[in-house]
Order: sequence, then structure tokens, then C-alpha cells
Amino acid sequence: MSGTEARFDVVVRVNGIEHTARVPARESLADFLRDTLGLTGTHLGCEEGQCGACTVMLDDTPIRACLMLAVQADGATVTTIEGLHASGEIADLQQAFYERAALQCGFCTSGMVIAGHALIGSGAELDRDAVRVGLAGHICRCTGYHAIVDAIMATAAERKGAGDD
Amino acid sequence: MTDLDLPGVLGERVPVPRTRRLLAGRGRYTADIDHTRASEIAFLRSPHAHARIVAIDAVNARAMPGVRLVLTGADIAEHCQGFAATSALYPQMLAPVQHPLAVHVARWHGEPVAMVVARTRAQAEDACAAIDVEWEVLEPMLDPATAGSEPSIHPELGSNVALHIDQASEGATRVLSGGMQIGVDLTFNRHTGVPIETRSILAHFDPQEERLEITMSHQCPHQMQVEFAELLGLAQHRVRIRTPDVGGAFGIKQQLYGDELAACVAAVVLGRPVRFIADRAEALLSDVQAREHRISARVHLGDEGALKGFSLSDIHAIGPYLQYPRSNLGESRALLSLTGAPYRFEAFSASVDIVFQNKGMCGHYRGVGHPLVCAVTEALMDAAARALGEDPIAFRLRHLAEDFPYKAPTGTNYERLAFAQCFDALEAEVDLDGIKGEVAAARANGRVMGWGIAAFVEQTARGPGFYGQGRQPVSSRDGAVVRLEPSGTIRCLSSITEQGQGTETGVRQLVARALGVSLDQVEMVTGDTAVSPHGGGTWGSRAMAIGGQAAWNAAQQLRAEVLRLAGILTGEAPEALDIEHGTVTGKSDRAVRVSLAELAEAAHFRPDTFGIEQQPQLTASAEYGPLTQPFRCGTGIQLSQVELDAGTGQLTLLRHIVVHEAGRVVNPLLVDEQIRGGVAQGLGGFLFEHCDYDVEGRALATSLAQYRVPQAIDLPDIELIHAGNPPFTDDGLGIVGVGEAGTVGAGAALLNALNDALIGAGGKPIYDLPLSPPRLLRALGAL
Repeated sequence: MSGTEARFDVVVRVNGIEHTARVPARESLADFLRDTLGLTGTHLGCEEGQCGACTVMLDDTPIRACLMLAVQADGATVTTIEGLHASGEIADLQQAFYERAALQCGFCTSGMVIAGHALIGSGAELDRDAVRVGLAGHICRCTGYHAIVDAIMATAAERKGAGDD
Repeated sequence: MTDLDLPGVLGERVPVPRTRRLLAGRGRYTADIDHTRASEIAFLRSPHAHARIVAIDAVNARAMPGVRLVLTGADIAEHCQGFAATSALYPQMLAPVQHPLAVHVARWHGEPVAMVVARTRAQAEDACAAIDVEWEVLEPMLDPATAGSEPSIHPELGSNVALHIDQASEGATRVLSGGMQIGVDLTFNRHTGVPIETRSILAHFDPQEERLEITMSHQCPHQMQVEFAELLGLAQHRVRIRTPDVGGAFGIKQQLYGDELAACVAAVVLGRPVRFIADRAEALLSDVQAREHRISARVHLGDEGALKGFSLSDIHAIGPYLQYPRSNLGESRALLSLTGAPYRFEAFSASVDIVFQNKGMCGHYRGVGHPLVCAVTEALMDAAARALGEDPIAFRLRHLAEDFPYKAPTGTNYERLAFAQCFDALEAEVDLDGIKGEVAAARANGRVMGWGIAAFVEQTARGPGFYGQGRQPVSSRDGAVVRLEPSGTIRCLSSITEQGQGTETGVRQLVARALGVSLDQVEMVTGDTAVSPHGGGTWGSRAMAIGGQAAWNAAQQLRAEVLRLAGILTGEAPEALDIEHGTVTGKSDRAVRVSLAELAEAAHFRPDTFGIEQQPQLTASAEYGPLTQPFRCGTGIQLSQVELDAGTGQLTLLRHIVVHEAGRVVNPLLVDEQIRGGVAQGLGGFLFEHCDYDVEGRALATSLAQYRVPQAIDLPDIELIHAGNPPFTDDGLGIVGVGEAGTVGAGAALLNALNDALIGAGGKPIYDLPLSPPRLLRALGAL
């Protein structure tokens, strides 16, 4: 019961800053990021791993922050949309989304951009079908995905071109 | 006004400025708003479709950690009125009174029964689980076909039929008798909007000033101001609604919800902030659902394939209550007013039964009935063409309505439709012979492939003819205030709202154009009832056409004042001056006279510069709403090409093409993406989105694992073609809404393509939705 709920000490590195916190046993990583750290760019669309809106990077892997407990993140490095934005490493992908109106309401966008970033970074050969497969588990209700695929394809091509120079 | 003053027929492809913020993770959705002092709300919801509440014991719940308030239906009735969506247009419509929490009887699985307010949501949920309800389970009324003969789920009303409507054009019985008649029976599946941000509300009540301040995820803040004030007995002008970033809505967030009203009651009772953020299961149980219809429809043909008319009967199941305040007339009225819309025919007759049942609430989801009427009409047109051995496009072309304005046998007046232009564009831009050839070749190889089209209309930007005449407090107008600020920049306060469509950007483009400034010089403020004029907000593809017109009119007034003031400074006639790039220039020499910044600085701080006869007026406002024009019609065609796997029943969408016409397009980029997004929802509703219920009326689709929405892999690229158009002839900009166009025709085109594939493979056409693989295999005779 919540009144007597156990709490655990965790040390988590989030967006480059080490946080020490005492978290309730049943608090999700997503709630910890949003409510304790104020990082509200991580959105909750279903809290059961279906929609992908809460995707964050755990070390180098995109994960669902709603499916991980905060205690499980002890010792881990978490990067949220705020961290990726601040570092500038997704500026090209953000610009590509912006120019194509590859987002409308923006609620799925944090997860969608992180998924796209991870997909491009995976080094896989990307055609439109591969991008669509790669976006499995990320629901966008506004765009119909066409512009999102465009944005990821264009950014992948630009990064590849830049890498070849 | 010369056409030079208007934005181009095709305006600029400008991205949405606010999306930069959203892309940086700096959205401000309701759940993101600072709520450090707010208590959290959870609801106990009925586990039964239909059950009497014999007793509720909340003693244990009230003693749970962190709990601040527990209210049952009986408790809450003391604090707010019940509500029933009546319409003066249909005084005979049965309108049961609904309460924010069920009182005595719960009538759908998921209906809120008790509310707990606690320090945390987890504590509130724990306390909900500790509420003891003694239920007497009642027989659920589920089958709309037998609703009329079963005992009413509202005994005081005596019937499950909320409304029966018969409609026939003059002489319909005579015209429609005899000849060739082709019928189809269509079963449409309940589905819903699934905005990824769930419904959310943060409410704060100040007991001293009796002021209710609400932040919520909604399309129509002014409507909610009126409703919350009325139902809570508060002064309307002391109820303020703000809608910050809204994570999608699609019609799902344009009604009053009992749980949101209950949250307001909690704020009033506690005198402190409270917050309700629906979780996904709650959303799937309590968001309005839509489109559960059984429709038997016929096309009546005369000699040489003449189109005599259409007839249909519709049973429309709406759940246990009418959605408030709008009621559930929209879908059936679309069938009554738009059947056969693209075509010229002689007669129409129809009957509609809108029936109650013990399933979730229903309401107005994107397209409101339009996808149904398009599917009915276009399925019949294909069936008729097949029966006559005609090409489906040629058959449609020879029956297209022309010579506008045109009054159809449905009673609907069309000022203009642009189907001729759309078909021209389709044939010019799409290699139809190539598609037909590809389908033929695939079939020759034993593959199950087909193509189909659907012509559609979209009624947008409605006037006051329905809600206004129905005496429902839903505004068909919008307002805008446009201000010249001391820096020479412009602020526009508008009653439109933004849920991602980009309308705010479109309005900003209009204001910038009218005042000769760059987009960056215009700041938009929307979604605050204390700030903007009263207006309808965003629904029914109206915000750009109506709210844009209001802002344009206000900006034109401000423009005239700027030119008057500049004329005083330069000694020139205002008519000789223009505004461009933020400066007043001479029309003849294009030389700069004064910058807006200089003029604004002078007008605000040294107004005497402009003489003493007339005060500078640096704020202009305008309100606009259609008065005589009932709607503006967008038109289009969608083409689908599909392949069915005869082994697995998997349907692959090979191509999807939209030809569309929408009057003056202010921002083609945003129009394109509205259409694409609409297509995705239209396809999802036909493919697999299904609010399914078991035989006891329990919802089966309570998570996104069971309620499947399209993912990227489910959809093809959505190809777009814009058709040229004759302009509207009314007094405004001639903007037509586009929010629903994609949704309206997508499923119909898909259904026709699938049936072409099935028939081409020797199977039977299918008219039962959704198009699940077992159904498709049965239609193919493979199962």
C-alpha cells in the first residue's frame, strides 16, 4: 500500500547529470523523469509499452520509460529528448521533422525522434519499408507516418553523405 | 477588396513554429503543467455493462492513506446538475438525464461510479479498489437490431429508440419503384479517435471569489466555460478554461465528460487544485466511440443505367446516453443529407433509428458520418457499374452532379462541387491504365489484387443551422482581436484552438499577409476563454475557414487604421499607401514612408502626433460565422490499390491516392499533412480498429494491444494531387476546411478496391467491417 511503500536509493545519470534519489518501489522510470526531475518531454500515452511516446535512451538503447521501474535504472545512464536536444546531436533530424510537418500534436514526437535517431544510428541499410518496420511500436495518430518516413530517410541520407566526406 | 490583397489561392508551405518547441521536448500538455499542490483523481468504474448499484460502502476508502475526498453518484448529485443533450430541431428525441457519476444504475462498462481524490494517483487508485459496491447485474441491451423491442435501459423513457426519422423526396416512392435495384447491407464497426494524449484536466477553485480556473485538453474551451458554469451553478464570467498544447483530439475532445465534470466538483468541494489524467484503459472505456451502424442501402437504376436514386435504412447504436451538449444526430444526419452527394439523381428515401444500448458512450469522431455515407454511396456505385458492365470511373463520370447551385433530393444545397476538376486531375496525374494493367497481370498469376475509387464530399465550416437552431450553446462563429504593439509587432488573440492541425499558423499567415509583416512579427494566442472572443474552437473542419476569416477581417480593420495614421504623418491619402515588410510604403513609388515600429511607438506614446480629432485605434476585433451558407463543401476522390494474401488473409495496401479540392489553400504543407493523417484514421477504422464487446457487454479493447491503430508498417505512402477549383462566391476568403477530408473517403476507396480484388478472384464482396483476415478469407471462399 502506498502509505507504507518501500523506497530505494538510486543513482541515475540523466542527460549528463548524476541524480541521487530515494524512489518508491513501484514508481516507473517515466514518472521519475517527469515528476521528480521535471523532464516532461517524456510523454505517457499508454503506460503499457504500446505507444512508444515515452521512449528514452538507456545507455545506447531506446527503451520504454513506462515499462521500467525507476529502481531498475540504478546505475544507468538515461538520455531523454531534452538531453538529445541540448547536445545538438539530433538537430538535423529535428529540422527534417520541422520542415516536413512530420509532427502535428507533438505528443508521440519525443519517442518518434528518438526511434528515428536510433534507427539511423544502427547502421542498417534504410529504405522506406525498413524505416516503417523500424518504427514498429511507435504510434502517431496525426500524420499517417508518410512525412515521418520522409524526415528519417532524408536525415539518414544526409548523415551518410557527411560521413563519406 | 481586390484579389491582390488576398493570400494566393495556393499559399506558402510554411512549417508550424510551435513544432520547434515540441521537437525539443518542451511541449506543455495538461499533464505537464505545474501541479505541485494538486490532488490526484481516480475513478471507480462499472465492471458491468448494466447493473443496479444496490449499495456503495466507501468507509474503508475514505480512511486510506492520502485520501482527501470520496464522492459517489448520490453524493455528487448534490453539487451539480445532471445533463441531457436535447435539440429543438428534434423535440421528440428521447434525452435521458446523465450524471457525472452513475446514480442507482450503471449503463456501460467503464461508467464512472465513484471518485477518489488523494495525494497521489496511486493512492487514489488504491482507495478505489477499497470501495465496496453491491451490484445487481441487469440484462445488457447490446444488439441494436432488437433495441426497439427490448425493455428500455431508461425505464422512465419507455423506449430504446432515441429518435426515428423518415425522410423522402417528393414522389420518391413512385420514382424508386421498379427498374433495376441493387442492394448492399453494410455493418460498420465501432471505433474511436485515440488521441495519444489522453483526456486531462487540472482544476482549481477559489472559494472566496467563486472562480473556477481550468486547464484541460479540449477542442472547445468556450463551450466548456458555458457548460461547467451552468452545471456547477457558477457565474460564467468567473469560469476560465485554458487549453495548452493538446495531444490530438479528432472530435474525441469536444464534449462534456462526466469524469471531467466530477473533477470540477472535487475542485469546488475541496477548494484546492485537483487533477485527472485518464490512463489508456480509461480512455478506451470512456472516450466517445463512433460509427456503429447497420445500413441497408439500395441504388435504383432506370433505363440505360440512369441513376434514379438511393434508398436506405439505418440503425445507429449510440450507447446509453446522448453525448452532451451536441447529441448524436450527426452521423445519421450525414446519411440523410449526403447520400449520393457527388451525383445527380431523382429521388431519395431513408429511415433512421438512433438507439440506446449498454455499450460505451458515442460521439462525433473525425468525419462524423461522412465515412459511412461515402462507403454506402460508393459501394452502391461500384455495385451498379458492375451490374451494368461499365467501367467504375466512366459510370461515375456520366452521373456527376453539375450546373451549380444544385439542390439534391436529400434536400442538401450544393453551392459548388469540384468533381469534374478532380476527375480531370486524377486522369491527368495517375496512370490508371497502368494500375489496371498491373491488377490484370497479378490476377493472371493467381494473385488477389484489386483497385477502387471513392468520390467524396466534406461539409466544412458549418453555419448555425444545426446547433444554433437546435438551441444548443455551440458557437458556429469565431472571433479575433488583432493588436499593434509598441514594437510594431502584431498580437492576434483568436478563439480557434490548436490540437496539431497547424491552424494557428494558417491564421498567423493571414494576419501577416493582411498587415504586410513577416510571420515572425505576429504572435498568436489561442486556447484561453479569458483572453479571446467567444467562439466555436476547432471541430467540423471549421477553424481555418471561420476563425481565419475573423482574423483576416480584424487584420484588415487594423490595416486601414495603420494606413490612416501613416497618411496623417505623410500627408498622403491612405489609399495611396501600402504595407510591406513591416513598413508603410507608397503604392506608386514603393518607397518607405514609415516603419510599423516607428508608427506604433508614436501612436502608443505620442498619440497627439496624429491630431486631436480621432484617437489612434491600435486594437481591432472581428467576429465571423456563416449566416446563410449552411456549409462549404470540399470535394475529392481517393483511389486504393490492394492485394490480399489468399493464404493468410493479410491485406496489403499497395497504393493510396487522394485527389482533393479545398478552395483557397493558405498553407499547402499543412493541408497535405491533414489529409494524410485523415487517410490513416479512415483506413484504420475499416481495417482493424474495433471497440469490441463480449456477449455481456464488457469492453474487450481496453488497451492498445487489443485496440489496434495503424502503425507505419500498415500504411503505404499517401500520394496527393490538388485539383483546380472554381472559387466560392460568398463574401469571404473562400477557405474550405480539410480536417476530415482524408478520413471521409479513405475507407470507401479501400473497400471498393478490396471488393474488386475479391470479385476478381471469384469471391464475394464484403460489407462487414472491420476487414479482419478471417472475414476476408471467408469472402474469398478460402475459409
